[in-house]
Amino acid sequence: MAKADVKLPQMQSGFDFGLCRRNDMLVKQGGKPAKFLKTGTTIVGLVYKDGVILGADTRATEGEIVADKNCEKIHYIAPNIYCCGAGTAADTEAVTDMVSSQLELHRYATGRESRVVTALTILKSHLFSYKGYVSAALVLGGVDITGPHLHAVYPHGSTDTLPFATMGSGSLAAMSIFESGYKEDLTREEGMELVSAAICAGIFNDLGSGSNVDLCVITKGGKEYLRNYKKPNPRTYIREKGYSFAKGHTQVLSTTIVPLKDKVTIIEGEAMEE
Amino acid sequence: MFATGIAEEDRKGSYVDRSISRPCNFEISQQSPVTHTQYPYVTGTSVLGIKYKDGVLLAADMAGSYGSTVRYKSIHRLKAVGSHAVLGASGEISDFQQVTQYLDELVLNDYMWEDGNKLGPQEIHSYLNRLMYNKRNKFDPFWNSLVLGGVENGQKYLGVVNMIGVHYKDNHVATGFGNHLARPMFRNEWREDLTLEEGVKLLEKCLLVLFYRDRSSINKFQIAKITEEGVVISEPFALKPNWDFKAFHNPTLGADGSW
Repeated sequence: MAKADVKLPQMQSGFDFGLCRRNDMLVKQGGKPAKFLKTGTTIVGLVYKDGVILGADTRATEGEIVADKNCEKIHYIAPNIYCCGAGTAADTEAVTDMVSSQLELHRYATGRESRVVTALTILKSHLFSYKGYVSAALVLGGVDITGPHLHAVYPHGSTDTLPFATMGSGSLAAMSIFESGYKEDLTREEGMELVSAAICAGIFNDLGSGSNVDLCVITKGGKEYLRNYKKPNPRTYIREKGYSFAKGHTQVLSTTIVPLKDKVTIIEGEAMEE
Repeated sequence: MFATGIAEEDRKGSYVDRSISRPCNFEISQQSPVTHTQYPYVTGTSVLGIKYKDGVLLAADMAGSYGSTVRYKSIHRLKAVGSHAVLGASGEISDFQQVTQYLDELVLNDYMWEDGNKLGPQEIHSYLNRLMYNKRNKFDPFWNSLVLGGVENGQKYLGVVNMIGVHYKDNHVATGFGNHLARPMFRNEWREDLTLEEGVKLLEKCLLVLFYRDRSSINKFQIAKITEEGVVISEPFALKPNWDFKAFHNPTLGADGSW
């Protein structure tokens, strides 16, 4: 039997590394490599008696600079599902937005409340197909018809299903609080205390995390998004005299007025054609 | 051809073939310094230290890891130095053994003067600092992070020196992974007037978290206590980890399809 000449389809999907080659070339030519906005970050999640509590800090860093002192790291996925994101800010935003819109369409198609495993599966297959280049480390939590769920999703596409999870540069500080303080069937107050203690450990012990604590409590009945639940880094010095600088505040030493009309000659011409 | 790379003292009286006596940078010229390729081989993980009401407590596990295997499980990483100080080390074990040998010689010299003078913890810390910094400047470091705890004249002392010569004193210290996992807990819970029981409880809490989350640690620890009375290093003991969460029994129950 003659060997058939099999034409394989051209690979059209998958990651296009053209821009990576361009960046390398620019660096070789002496340019500086691009600094992207990362979220440094401490993000945590915890399953308690009635549902799930997610927590995050609010500092976004660009290299050594704090780019955003009060950013939002707890992203909306569905009315009953929220996701904390660590890693490259653009990646976490884009990937959670994508999953959120896919789930909304899915809700219209099925007529049912979204499930956490659905979000999980879409996230993990997307991240896996990008081989870890989509730098998003997520803590996904929610309550659906099958109960409360908490998952940790890693940039390469692997997931963990856990009673408590931490991610980001402050994850070790937060995990030490969880490992020593977690019990089963915590009440809502105990859970919120433990989560905010873990985020505070990240804020005060990790340089990539800082500013305020955001919390999101999800139960069967609904969700409570507590933006800036704790503000342990207030601005303490405020100038007594205030910060308005009215006219007359700066002493005028001398005034020189140069009429420009003398320097400019105006030539009469025709009006511009429309 | 290799002669330029070998240090002066090794050229005479070395019974081992010079070119294999130790790893060397062969591309160097006369001007550049002799460098030694160094990686740690057998390593110890974190050491923790806190001051408490009556003195200082140090804690460490007893593992000596050889890369990713736990090769030795009975390494004493806490050693008494003189009568009122304890040295704890993380990092390369052989370098720690060399450091304790130098310290033992110092203490012996003192003893032989027979005048009752002894090296206090501050003096030992200074000595270690000089030792580590000078070795590092010769590109031949002792690959350790050392914790020195002691009591002298009622004053409690707790200091750290690491392989590049960075040194500091504090009320609570940790090396390695302990910095990330134990320091946050110390910062939350340490107080000046901790009793012995409270101090040990705090250390055990941190040791347990380290056992959960540091892959090079094992469930076999020692705690050293230094007070005015002297040094007491405990017998090895184990802590009780809790693996019995309902969620660990069947993690993906109710989340079919996830792993």
